[in-house]
Amino acid sequence: MIKKIVLMGNPNVGKSVVFSRLTGAKVISSNYPGTTVDFSKGKMHLDGQTVEIIDAPGTYSLDATNKAENVAVEMLEDADVVINVLDSTNLERNLYLTLELLEKDIPAIIVLNLWDEAKHLGIKIDEKKLEEILNVPVVTTVALTGEGIRNLVAKIKKAKTNEKIKPTSEEGRWVEIGQIIKRIEHVEHRHHNIKDRLSDLTIKPITGLPIAITIIFISFWIIRLIGETLISYIFDPLFENIYRPIITNFGDMLGQGFLYNFLISQSPGEINFVESLGMLTTGLYVPIAMVLPYIIAFYFFLSLLEDTGYLPRLATLLDNIFHKLGMHGYGIVPVFLGLGCNVPGMLATRAFETRKQRFIAATLISISIPCAAQTSLVFAMFSDDKIQSSLEFDPIIYILMVFSSLIIIYFVSGFILNRFIKGESPEIFLEIPPYRRPSIKTTWKKTWMRIKWFLKDALPWMFFGVFLINILYTTGAIDFLANLFQPIMSVIFGLPGETSVVLISGFLRKDLAVGTLLSFPSGTFNAMQLVIVATMLTMFFPCIATFAVMIKELGIKDMIKAALIMISAATIVGFFLRLILLGV
Amino acid sequence: MNSNPKPLMHLKNNQSARIKHIHGGLGLRKRLNSLGIREGQIVKLVSKQPLMGPLTISVGNTQMTIGRGMAHKILVEEI
Repeated sequence: MIKKIVLMGNPNVGKSVVFSRLTGAKVISSNYPGTTVDFSKGKMHLDGQTVEIIDAPGTYSLDATNKAENVAVEMLEDADVVINVLDSTNLERNLYLTLELLEKDIPAIIVLNLWDEAKHLGIKIDEKKLEEILNVPVVTTVALTGEGIRNLVAKIKKAKTNEKIKPTSEEGRWVEIGQIIKRIEHVEHRHHNIKDRLSDLTIKPITGLPIAITIIFISFWIIRLIGETLISYIFDPLFENIYRPIITNFGDMLGQGFLYNFLISQSPGEINFVESLGMLTTGLYVPIAMVLPYIIAFYFFLSLLEDTGYLPRLATLLDNIFHKLGMHGYGIVPVFLGLGCNVPGMLATRAFETRKQRFIAATLISISIPCAAQTSLVFAMFSDDKIQSSLEFDPIIYILMVFSSLIIIYFVSGFILNRFIKGESPEIFLEIPPYRRPSIKTTWKKTWMRIKWFLKDALPWMFFGVFLINILYTTGAIDFLANLFQPIMSVIFGLPGETSVVLISGFLRKDLAVGTLLSFPSGTFNAMQLVIVATMLTMFFPCIATFAVMIKELGIKDMIKAALIMISAATIVGFFLRLILLGV
Repeated sequence: MNSNPKPLMHLKNNQSARIKHIHGGLGLRKRLNSLGIREGQIVKLVSKQPLMGPLTISVGNTQMTIGRGMAHKILVEEI
């Protein structure tokens, strides 16, 4: 009886899409290495039985040359059936893993995915003959549209161990593949199509760099547009028109006292969602109405960008620069992911080959990549009415000051770390997948998963953080801390002592920290001081979730090193920004 | 028309050649093999990044970016 099915195949063959078609589960599938190192598990129904189905990490062979491949090979051991997914447009290369799998004693079924793309490319494959040669069932699919999936499900029971393929050497397999290809594949000559031209344009330096700059610029513009639109047309009206009357009534019911202060607001009078620091006001408003819209916008756009296959091209263009920072072009991928949330950014550093690269990539993310939650609040901070009246320039100028500081810090720190961290920085070796039209459905599924993850992760911490700050306020500890750190803050950074409270709450969540910053009476910070605090907040220390992942990825010893680097970098930069911006 | 084998990186953009030999350890050969870069295959240079940057090549329907060091170890013969 079939209990466990394992899906195996090379990276970028659409294996995860086949998986989500089979299970209906929400799975992340991407065009670059790194995200599918963590495998997905799901369930499907087969003749009234529930069968476990596992999406193994993409692997080129069973030699297990890296962590991900090791995992894949281990999964194979207790599989009842293996579904081998192949990219029909790259049959020759994909067949290597197939032969290795067929040499094992596991019932198998072969899936020729991306069948439509192969047809477009003028590749004709005789799947019947392939079935004959390999002696196991072969099905063709277009997983993106679901074509052929029903047929695959019907044939799972017919999976069998082959009797024709005998174990051989690496050379032997390639010879065998050569013979198979000759018998079943016919490639017609074809002309360069639009996709090829686009691919060439985006990877050649002369055209590629301007296109890259344009894409990045447009991305941020669109993300901001989507985010702002969501805020002003959905989330703000929701809170102002529906939630405000409810919570005001509830507040009246509570009357004045500890519970009111704790749940609704520290100060009597009209509720201010940002500054009141109540669990049910600020604790809900900041994550949901201020941060979530940007999270939705950012992840929707990032998923689109990922699925088209653009990032590996960007990695190629930027390889040179990233080499100066001790990494290679792949380094742009963790940066992009880190701009959403630092945690997936940290996880993506795994795909680097050496410890040196991983250490530099992870440290740089924690030093100078603000997550979407923090970014959205930096935007909100300088657009706040209360602060805007005291601004000398347009808010965007201050926002640019923060981000250009962080960009400079990324490069300078990387350059320095590359000098002093021992170890190898191997060259780039990256597959460039063809451009694929992203499916809105998959993109939305992925965005939805990340939104759920954000809410699950953000809300408890925000509650906890608001709760803590509430206590600090009620007990007067805030004034105590502010006074305690006053000398350090003002002597080194020219900042008020309250900064220490902001930096401490940044350890829980960065968005909470900016929220804390906004809760101080107006006039506590001037605009330039806000720029310094926002920059230092990014650099000083990662939030607790990122911190935990960093310990896991780097180990305690390297984490301590990274933390020392962060704190000293933040101190030095804070001091210089003070000299430049405050002029004293 | 047959010339002596030369490193892949001396090809011009859009020029194709046959791979004659891959210098290098088992690890490198295996990595290249897994993406279909093997002796006898036809390789095309898609683009070179400036200032000793990486090369993008295509073999069959696969494109990949590799560093110059690797490109030095792949010897090709013009066709």
